[in-house]
Amino acid sequence: MQITSTMAGTILQINISVGDQVENNQEIAILESMKMEIPVESQEAGKVKEIKVAEGDFVNEGDVLIILE
Amino acid sequence: MQKILIANRGEIASRIIKTCNKMGIQTIAIYSDADKDLPFVSEATTSFRIGEAPVGKSYMNQKVILQIAKNEKVDAVHPGYGFLSENASFAEEISKEGIIFIGPNPKTIQMMGDKILSREKMLKAGIPVVPGSNKELMTEEEAVAAANSIGYPVILKASGGGGGIGMVLCEDEKTLLKNLETTKKRAKTYFANEKVYVEKYIQYARHIEVQIFGDKAGNIVHLFERDCSIQRRHQKVVEESPSPFLSEGAKEKILQAAVRAAKAVGYENAGTVEFIVDEEENFYFLEMNTRLQVEHPVTEAITGMDLVEWQILVARGEALPYKQEELVSKGHAIEFRLYAEDPVTFMPSPGHIEVLDWGKGDTRVDFGYKAGVAVTPFYDPMIAKCIVHGENRDEAIQKASGFFDHLQLIGIKTNAPLFKNILNDTDFKSGKYFTNYLSVKRFN
Repeated sequence: MQITSTMAGTILQINISVGDQVENNQEIAILESMKMEIPVESQEAGKVKEIKVAEGDFVNEGDVLIILE
Repeated sequence: MQKILIANRGEIASRIIKTCNKMGIQTIAIYSDADKDLPFVSEATTSFRIGEAPVGKSYMNQKVILQIAKNEKVDAVHPGYGFLSENASFAEEISKEGIIFIGPNPKTIQMMGDKILSREKMLKAGIPVVPGSNKELMTEEEAVAAANSIGYPVILKASGGGGGIGMVLCEDEKTLLKNLETTKKRAKTYFANEKVYVEKYIQYARHIEVQIFGDKAGNIVHLFERDCSIQRRHQKVVEESPSPFLSEGAKEKILQAAVRAAKAVGYENAGTVEFIVDEEENFYFLEMNTRLQVEHPVTEAITGMDLVEWQILVARGEALPYKQEELVSKGHAIEFRLYAEDPVTFMPSPGHIEVLDWGKGDTRVDFGYKAGVAVTPFYDPMIAKCIVHGENRDEAIQKASGFFDHLQLIGIKTNAPLFKNILNDTDFKSGKYFTNYLSVKRFN
């Protein structure tokens, strides 16, 4: 399961670490886009396998941010 | 001054080009891939592509911008607002090359850009500041002690912050502790400065700011106030002057305090001193913006002055064109920031503009886009600023209603419907509103 970015923007904050168990609808990161802080939520429950981005990174719409297993 | 590079984009780049054209000054525009079709690119005398869309690869890329300025042998750089406008090291690098930075000197930019330092400076100058911690909060104990001494609710703020990003309202100790580390971390990511502090949260507050101007000879004038209390996410949406709320006595005190604040730092060029004013008209220094403000057209409408022209005159060493007693505020002006966003949720709504017609009438529209181009997700969502000016506030409101009735913008969602609601709202019409207006009104 992948969590992708809904908009182009800058990763302001990542709330989880590899190995964490996340719940459905949990806020896993905050994206800043067009001067708005947009929460990125998990669409499923799962364990964080990989975090593909770092705080401060610029991402495009559709970019994979986090992989759950 | 023959040639100016504009280190900005959109409506403010177009705005600066207009004054340069009037003054016979050539303009160099810079643009990212995302902006190649925007009006400012073709309006400038010459334009240069500077890189890909993300700001780090374009409008924040100091090295590339400086290189173009050198290659083109420009006399000055106008930073506009946002981006590099309050970046002291950029201003310094520009000056080192013998190019004029149109703004205050780098030292002033640096001091005012650090909110903790600027609060300290203002306290020393005898200007009231919002009660808060007067130093950086390093530990949880320090944060709790500071919040307890001023009383909850408090706002946790990044010292290097701005634009409404990274501010957290804390109702109690638990919320403060929960947010302290994350706010520091985000401040570091976003502003490259992890210092945070707390300020008293004033629930029924007005945001009143004063336009000030200084020249190299040390003359300082104010160009009256702007009331910017209508905000969402701590970002301004509607600004007006005169403030419909302030008594004449309080207004005069605030205007004088702003001039004192500017004098205390030997201010040069255009600046804005922001205050929070409570229901009893007690006022507190909030911050000083060391640049031309987005909402400067409100001041231009009531004074008849061209603030970009003033900036250029002062930057090239001339005296302020008018004395304080020659400046008069006439009528009433209101500015509406037209954003590409959902009018109810305020979620950004980038996309292609299919139809755009500002209508007829004398409303000033400072726009950055035209029909056929896209508002991209890379920058601020502002499409245009719509400024009405009337003999009095009622007339300005009436003109604004007419403007938004005729405005046609098809293709993307905008906050124009919100403005229609505001203009019909009894509290707005009677001038009774606070900074929490949009969160308590819930128009839909």
